[in-house]
Amino acid sequence: MNDAASTDLGKKLYRDMFRIRRFEERIKAMYSQREMRSPPHLCMGHEAVAVGVCAALRRRDVVFPYYRSHGWYLAKGGDLNAMVAELFGRATGCSRGWGGSMHLIDLAAGVMGTSAIVAGTISHAAGAAMTFRMRGQDSVAVAVFGDGATEEGVFHETMNFASLRKLPVVFVCENNLYATNTHIRDRQAQTEIFRHAERFGMPGVRADGNDVLAVHAEACRAVARAREGEGPTLLEFDTYRFLEHCGVNEDHDLGYRTREEVESWRERDPLERGWSLAGAELSEMADRIEEEINAACAHARSAPWPTFEFLGGGALL
Amino acid sequence: MKFREAVRDATIQAMERDPRVFLIGVGIIDPRAVWGTIAGALERFGPDRVVEGPLAENALTGVCVGSAALGMRPILIHHRIDFVLLTMDQLINHAAKWKPMFGGQQSVPMVIRAVVGRGWGNGPQHTQSHHALFSHVPGIKTVVPANARDAKGLLLAAVADDDPVVYIEHRWLHEDEAEVPSEYFTTPIGRAAVVRRGRDVTIVAAGPMVSEALKAAHALETSGIIAEVVDLRTLHPLDTSTVVESVRRTGRLVVADSDWAPCGIAAEVIARVAEEALDVLRSRPVRVTWPDSAVPSSQAIEPMFYPGAREIQIAAAALCEGRVSQRLVTSTVRDFHGPF
Repeated sequence: MNDAASTDLGKKLYRDMFRIRRFEERIKAMYSQREMRSPPHLCMGHEAVAVGVCAALRRRDVVFPYYRSHGWYLAKGGDLNAMVAELFGRATGCSRGWGGSMHLIDLAAGVMGTSAIVAGTISHAAGAAMTFRMRGQDSVAVAVFGDGATEEGVFHETMNFASLRKLPVVFVCENNLYATNTHIRDRQAQTEIFRHAERFGMPGVRADGNDVLAVHAEACRAVARAREGEGPTLLEFDTYRFLEHCGVNEDHDLGYRTREEVESWRERDPLERGWSLAGAELSEMADRIEEEINAACAHARSAPWPTFEFLGGGALL
Repeated sequence: MKFREAVRDATIQAMERDPRVFLIGVGIIDPRAVWGTIAGALERFGPDRVVEGPLAENALTGVCVGSAALGMRPILIHHRIDFVLLTMDQLINHAAKWKPMFGGQQSVPMVIRAVVGRGWGNGPQHTQSHHALFSHVPGIKTVVPANARDAKGLLLAAVADDDPVVYIEHRWLHEDEAEVPSEYFTTPIGRAAVVRRGRDVTIVAAGPMVSEALKAAHALETSGIIAEVVDLRTLHPLDTSTVVESVRRTGRLVVADSDWAPCGIAAEVIARVAEEALDVLRSRPVRVTWPDSAVPSSQAIEPMFYPGAREIQIAAAALCEGRVSQRLVTSTVRDFHGPF
């Protein structure tokens, strides 16, 4: 029994996670129909991190997620129709058909462009934070990345720069243990990612990334610290990817992880943490979300295809 | 005004005109102020607009992408273009892709000011040109000023441009003087300039090869060869029509490029002329480029590495039916005294 489920915040957090899950379940169900032709890095199992962090943000704050970002896009308030249309490759997509699943953007909602290069957007968040500082705005930028990204040099370069200048940025690591199919213990000499923070003179926190309330609490602290000009924080959230690195299937048959390991993490599913919404309330919410997704798919199917020349006039060089 | 003073003039004017413009880079608060090219900027605009960066070139480039995505116009300064290679992920995978990847809804205006360090034995890793490398990639513009006037005009144009621009600055030219307007002006990006009119051969050059081409052209006159000289100024997008029109007038083409030949700008210029005006070529086109080797350090062999006015003169004269002058011009050797 989770008392928080009865609060407004608890309901919102649960609803946001549930919506992301249902959306990705739909992708899973539809993917073989080949209407969506873009590599989907599904976040099933990760939802609590995006939802918990985004609930700590204001609309004018910005997030810089990565290629596994359907959840971040929706949690920050990105437009569902535009994301579905992007997955369908349509002109009405959030990137007008040029980006696909790995390159989502919704500037109005503060979802900055996402990158398919590991660690690609970490430094962008520092640039945004520096811009807020230069303009005297009290907004906060959030860099989002996986555990693999912390092996890249640019992660360490950016942590140093952000701490040196006390930038209003929060570094959020979704540690799901695997970089594609290689376990962190086969990649990192020291696997406690949050400890990198100490080297750069900022707080480093590790928390259960499948507990949305714990995520939210840590995010609130880090965001407040950033907003008050005290500088960045590194948040490491332990979580787990239920499906394959890219695609819609389970993958324990590959042998890099066991069915038992996957099952043990499914028992820690962020959506199964004692939430007790009343049956009627839950089914009404589920129905509304299904309708919303149906409408987005219908909208995408009827949308025009992009044209190659649309940028025109040599704008692309 | 000297070339390096023109860079400073442009930098200060850009920052005065537009509060979105800021400087960032490794070692830019050094009292030497990047050979004086940003002298006074720190005192005038403060450390929030003259941002000293850690030795983290890739992250600093990403910081520029992130700030440009929020509407700023950074100028990222590298004391050596060789260091830009540390930033290729952010430059090519990110900055160059930002506009197309999100369907054209956002561009990331930013200037990468990169200095080529020829001279004083700077050796293999401090002297590379690399302009062809950047010019290969859609989404990045590449400009190479050849004189003080364009050093100012192209830098101001680069800052005003909505796309990432790599501004390649040859320290070799820093002390060169030219008339430079004191008021704000831009040299249009994507437009070459005919800097000497001729009729017998077109010499296409950029950056430090332009003054060598002019010197060669002057010497060729004693053999009765009137050479036209085209300063490309922008390498990407390349101004094909100015080059082709010139070759239509002269029927002969020499391309002088301070870079290696393979897959280079000289090859690109010749390919475009061949595609558009093969019929007007009266002889084979010729490239005057670096030897296929790293740049050596020793003062005994460094000068031998670089082709200049003499090699251009020989190439052009050979094309013009062998009318070689008795007197060969000397390629320029500049009196640069370190330390770097």
